Amino acid sequence: MNEFALKTQLPSYLRTEQDRIRKVAEEYGLDFFPTVFEMLSYDQMNEIAAYGGFPNRYPHWRFGMEYEHLAKSYEYGLSKIYEMVINNNPSVAYLLEGNSLTDQRMVMAHVYGHVDFFKNNFCFRTTDLDQGGKTVDPAQRPATYDPNRRWIDKMANHGTRIRRHASRWGTTKVGEFIDHCLSLENLVDPHAAFRGKGPKEVAAEDEENPETMDVPRLKSKDYMESFINPQEYLDEQRRKIVAEREKSKKFPRERERDVLGFLLEHAPLERWERDCLEVIREEALYFLPQMQTKIMNEGWATYWHSRLLTERILDASEIIDYADNAAGVLATSGGRLNPYKLGVELLRDVEERWDKGQFGKEWEDCDDLDAKRNWNLRLGLGRKKIFEVRSLYNDLTFLDEFLTPEFCARHKLFAIQWSNKADRFEIETREFKKVKEKLLFQLTNSGNPFIFVDDANHENRGELRLVHEHDGLDLKVDYAREVLRSLQRIWKRPVLIRTVVDHKPTILRYDGREHAQAAAPAESKEKGK
Amino acid sequence: MSLKIDQDHSRFRHIVKGKVRENLKKYVSNGELIGRKGKDIVTIPLPQIDIPRFRYGEKQQGGVGQGDGKPGDPVGGDPGDQPGQGKKAGEGGGEHSLDVDLTLDELADILSEELALPDIEDKGKSKIISAKDRYTGIRRVGPESLRHFRRTYREALKRQISVGSYDPSRPVVVPVPDDRRFRSWKTEPEPVANAVIIYMMDVSGSMGDEQKEIVRIESFWLDTWLKRQYKGIESRYIIHDANAKEVDEHTFFHTRESGGTMISSAYKVCADMIEANYPPSEWNIYPFHFSDGDNWSMDDTLQSVDILKKRILPYVNMFAYGQVDSPYGSGQFIKDLREQFKADDRVVLSEIRDRDAIMQSIKDFLGKGK
Repeated sequence: MNEFALKTQLPSYLRTEQDRIRKVAEEYGLDFFPTVFEMLSYDQMNEIAAYGGFPNRYPHWRFGMEYEHLAKSYEYGLSKIYEMVINNNPSVAYLLEGNSLTDQRMVMAHVYGHVDFFKNNFCFRTTDLDQGGKTVDPAQRPATYDPNRRWIDKMANHGTRIRRHASRWGTTKVGEFIDHCLSLENLVDPHAAFRGKGPKEVAAEDEENPETMDVPRLKSKDYMESFINPQEYLDEQRRKIVAEREKSKKFPRERERDVLGFLLEHAPLERWERDCLEVIREEALYFLPQMQTKIMNEGWATYWHSRLLTERILDASEIIDYADNAAGVLATSGGRLNPYKLGVELLRDVEERWDKGQFGKEWEDCDDLDAKRNWNLRLGLGRKKIFEVRSLYNDLTFLDEFLTPEFCARHKLFAIQWSNKADRFEIETREFKKVKEKLLFQLTNSGNPFIFVDDANHENRGELRLVHEHDGLDLKVDYAREVLRSLQRIWKRPVLIRTVVDHKPTILRYDGREHAQAAAPAESKEKGK
Repeated sequence: MSLKIDQDHSRFRHIVKGKVRENLKKYVSNGELIGRKGKDIVTIPLPQIDIPRFRYGEKQQGGVGQGDGKPGDPVGGDPGDQPGQGKKAGEGGGEHSLDVDLTLDELADILSEELALPDIEDKGKSKIISAKDRYTGIRRVGPESLRHFRRTYREALKRQISVGSYDPSRPVVVPVPDDRRFRSWKTEPEPVANAVIIYMMDVSGSMGDEQKEIVRIESFWLDTWLKRQYKGIESRYIIHDANAKEVDEHTFFHTRESGGTMISSAYKVCADMIEANYPPSEWNIYPFHFSDGDNWSMDDTLQSVDILKKRILPYVNMFAYGQVDSPYGSGQFIKDLREQFKADDRVVLSEIRDRDAIMQSIKDFLGKGK
């Protein structure tokens, strides 16, 4: 890191720029971690981008793949990375050597937007390393908030740990195991940090033989006993107790969403294996907030670079170059949704609505279109509102709450569906409800299916049963089979998942040798709920 | 400077080449080496290994897009890429291959780089070199007729804004001579050579759809490459089972016959075609023949070899035979050719096992620079 830092210092004219932009950003009320800018050549940039922004990661071929893609698209002139910033305290951002001064200014302003978001958005609270397993209250923060987010060090340590295992157990062996872990990477619980640890498992009481144990009886006089507590009643009670006891033997008691965490605690892993799995899980959780807030985060940074630059930073001669560049960033092509554009436009829309007072019951109830068009209460609450939004929302809740039919129509959003007839993706509809539904669905759980650990002792054979909470979409079955293979490698016993394929409840199972697919027994449906 | 990523990168390359970790090889999606010619949009071949995860099938899911169009209009790209996931955020989701705008010329460049193809050495048939102007840049002087309107406007706008004479409410922009920008050109030599590609394909019953698709992909790339090398290229198509006939491009790729296979029939038509239309003193001739190698009889094979030797090889730059694997064919023909033409470097043979082998086969065909 040291040798690396030496070579990448900012030239002094950019440091002056940085000071200026930082001051302006502070005047606008942005609140960010200290931010270090470094200057990289394009091949260094590609390398670091391949590592997700970190100078040091664990060794894995997928970073090499990413690098090849970045390098090739740069060489062919298809794309280049302008900026990169990582959620770390202090934050580190990279500038590309050889960009024009206008571009560098834009990047710096953009970066300060991101860092403000990292610091203030509730999702990123889960990346504070000094939580020590305590439950995080998403809305509360100490007055002086200076969390430990030294993820650069942590990632580098992860690298060292995995390299050590690799040199001891063999690169291929460890590499293969990491591939298996990565297949399970999306099986984490994003809310774990906010939910805290569940209640302690109640220690099981000494079990009595159900045949001889005392069943609680209703109070009665001796001569009434056989009437008040008849034998049938006692048998019934006994059955209930036994059933209750069976249920408490079920493990885990409740469905567990944090599959990786569950495996970490309960799978029969060797020490190096557990260590690798832990690294993968921690890093998956680290990157999760960025996926949950992609639209907002980019929108927020874009909103701020555009304000800072056009209002304070640029001089008139640079405006055209800036506008040219900004147009590129916000362009939509081929009907694709551009998160930068969607984010910034929706934020601006919220700001305008709160400035003009276009919210609340009166606004909702008004159906005079003309009145609505000219609605302006001059409240000026917009700025305050968007600062609140950037702290308390993620993409899902942001769009759920603020996406309006007017916005949808103005920005020409549509829903896409696959047409079997034409063998292509087609515009399905522009109907607001449908569009919003699809958008929210994509953002729910970052677009991943909901998978839970249902029973770790399936059929009393120590098999691991997962359940997929089917919400209308099937799993990709060939991929699911491969994931089961990885799961089996970790659990060491047969694994199965209950899902739905073509409207039929189905069990996919892998026992270490072969895959099986069978109709799921209907009765087990309620089990574990 | 050596990069840390080099290790990870070479590991990835090894996996792609199947040298290590055979188990991963099956996830390599070869970013299909094929383009859609439509609007010159092509898919660049960057291999990608997907890490399998629990996820939804893309087709079921659909997505949300933005722009013009009415219900039922096609949407470009892959809506499976969610707005919530992207590369810039760090750990991106699965991006498959890069869809980019490239002209066929650029594509051929990339192809030659990927496969290390040499330029074709002209046989000395047509040494006329003509010059061609290409507009490649911008300069400050030039004839009025080449004035670049947008760039000139932009310069004027910049100047006016910086001196403060621009009034947004009355946005009149008046260029002065200094603002003017002109297109500039480079003159590039371009060999004028005439070339003809004669595609022959076995359409007998044993050639399935997959085999034909392989031929289609391969011929697209051969076309692209040779078009880069020659100006004024012609393509002719011959299909054969037990009989051969010339057809148009569409028929070539969409015909399915069921008869037996007499390869000599195709070679006969090919030879006749060369004799009638393409005097070798003026033409570079490239016959490509694709078959599953299951010829009717040894007699016919001998006859084919005879035609090749006497009536085709003396006139052509090279003769290429590509044999696609089919579940039915014996694949004997390539062995016979190999035996007959061991020492003759005008004959290039290549076996194409599956789609992944297309790249290698193109390299076999074009790697000699003939």
